[in-house]
Amino acid sequence: MIQTDVLIIGAGPVGLFTVFEAGLLNLKCHLIDSLPYPGGQCAEIYPKKPIFDIPAWPEILAENLVENLLTQIEPFQPSYTLGERAESLEKDEEDHFIITTREGTRHRSKVVIIAGGLGSFEPRKPPIPELGQFENKGVDYFIKVPEKYNNKKVVISGGGDSALDWTIHLADIAEQLTLIHRRNEFRGAQESVRKVRDLAEKGKIELITHAEVIGLNGATRLNELNVKADSSEFRIEADYFLPLFGLLPKLGPIGDWGLEIEKNAIRVHNAYDYSTNIRGIYAVGDVNIYPGKLKLILSGFHEATLALQSAYKIIHPGKKHVMKYTTVNGITGFDGSKKEAKKVEATAI
Amino acid sequence: MIRIKVKDRKGLTHVLEGPTDMALNLMELFKAHELPIEGTCGGMALCASCQCYILSDHPLTDRSDAEEDMLAEAFYVRENSRLGCQIPLVRELDGLEIELAPDESLN
Repeated sequence: MIQTDVLIIGAGPVGLFTVFEAGLLNLKCHLIDSLPYPGGQCAEIYPKKPIFDIPAWPEILAENLVENLLTQIEPFQPSYTLGERAESLEKDEEDHFIITTREGTRHRSKVVIIAGGLGSFEPRKPPIPELGQFENKGVDYFIKVPEKYNNKKVVISGGGDSALDWTIHLADIAEQLTLIHRRNEFRGAQESVRKVRDLAEKGKIELITHAEVIGLNGATRLNELNVKADSSEFRIEADYFLPLFGLLPKLGPIGDWGLEIEKNAIRVHNAYDYSTNIRGIYAVGDVNIYPGKLKLILSGFHEATLALQSAYKIIHPGKKHVMKYTTVNGITGFDGSKKEAKKVEATAI
Repeated sequence: MIRIKVKDRKGLTHVLEGPTDMALNLMELFKAHELPIEGTCGGMALCASCQCYILSDHPLTDRSDAEEDMLAEAFYVRENSRLGCQIPLVRELDGLEIELAPDESLN
């Protein structure tokens, strides 16, 4: 059981900044995210896009914003459960929340801050009728153990970084590797596109463009794919089909936790502490809704800051907290590290 | 103000009115009228949740590379597929007729 002061669901920019504000209040945080890395949408959907409305950053790439936030929260030593989706919420006899992930990891805290964005990222699934039937029987959306494809016939579909990177990685592992894409152009990194073309020219992989997989066959396990090209249809033998079309956020199980849901978002009571209908649970960032809501990263930062002031009173009932400026007090990390302004030294003339 | 005819996923037709002087795009117009469009990426042509089919013969701007790239990875794509977020509302689109593509998050 992982025990913490504040449990944060969602490690996107707002979830990460929550750690900083909690740190100033001497509260320890643990983050849960379904993605295997922090950053949320900034990491998964638009890492290379510049953002222009982060205060004091005239322009910053989404991936750099995440990097900077990770540096900023380092002194407060957050811990993580990554690659696991928060699945269920219960309360124990001491009035603490217990949150269990789909993978079974249990977390316990007095306060939960949901910074879940548009939801947890799930694989985008192509509309192939037999897809569900062969999931885990030849169809994989994530590659967890590449060695699994050793000496197997593997077909990858998709045109982004994930499809390209895994094509390059598995080219040496699989017995036969085919990449199928609907277009001759790929939207992944140019360097990866060049490598894939090179592998195809050397005959190490087969590259089929202007085509898509439209059907799957097999008795109990997958053994063959139906492919539709511009002017023909044909079949390819395959032990594994990896449709790598990126991920799509879905609100998911949070919607069944007894929170008020409106338009696929969590309704909060007010715009001064972002508390939900369950005492001790707050919702901040894109996941919440209230009159006047703007889905902006900068609004999420503000929401997280206010939510924590209120959460502090739940964690330390009766204890008073006086807000201090970091310019005055500096930052004391949980490892004892101290960041502060240099003392002014008077110089005699 | 222009009018756009949209057939939703249940086959119902909606006539949406939209201004041409607010730099809106079709995805934003759908959302403003509460049609069930996510617009997940906010309009960067990085998801395909606003995919629609163009049914009428209106002069549209060509697909950009970014839109072509995304459509190449979208599902239910047809010849007349477009991403709503990449189509600005301009006067020439008055009377445009479109249909929403299926919701891929249900797959």
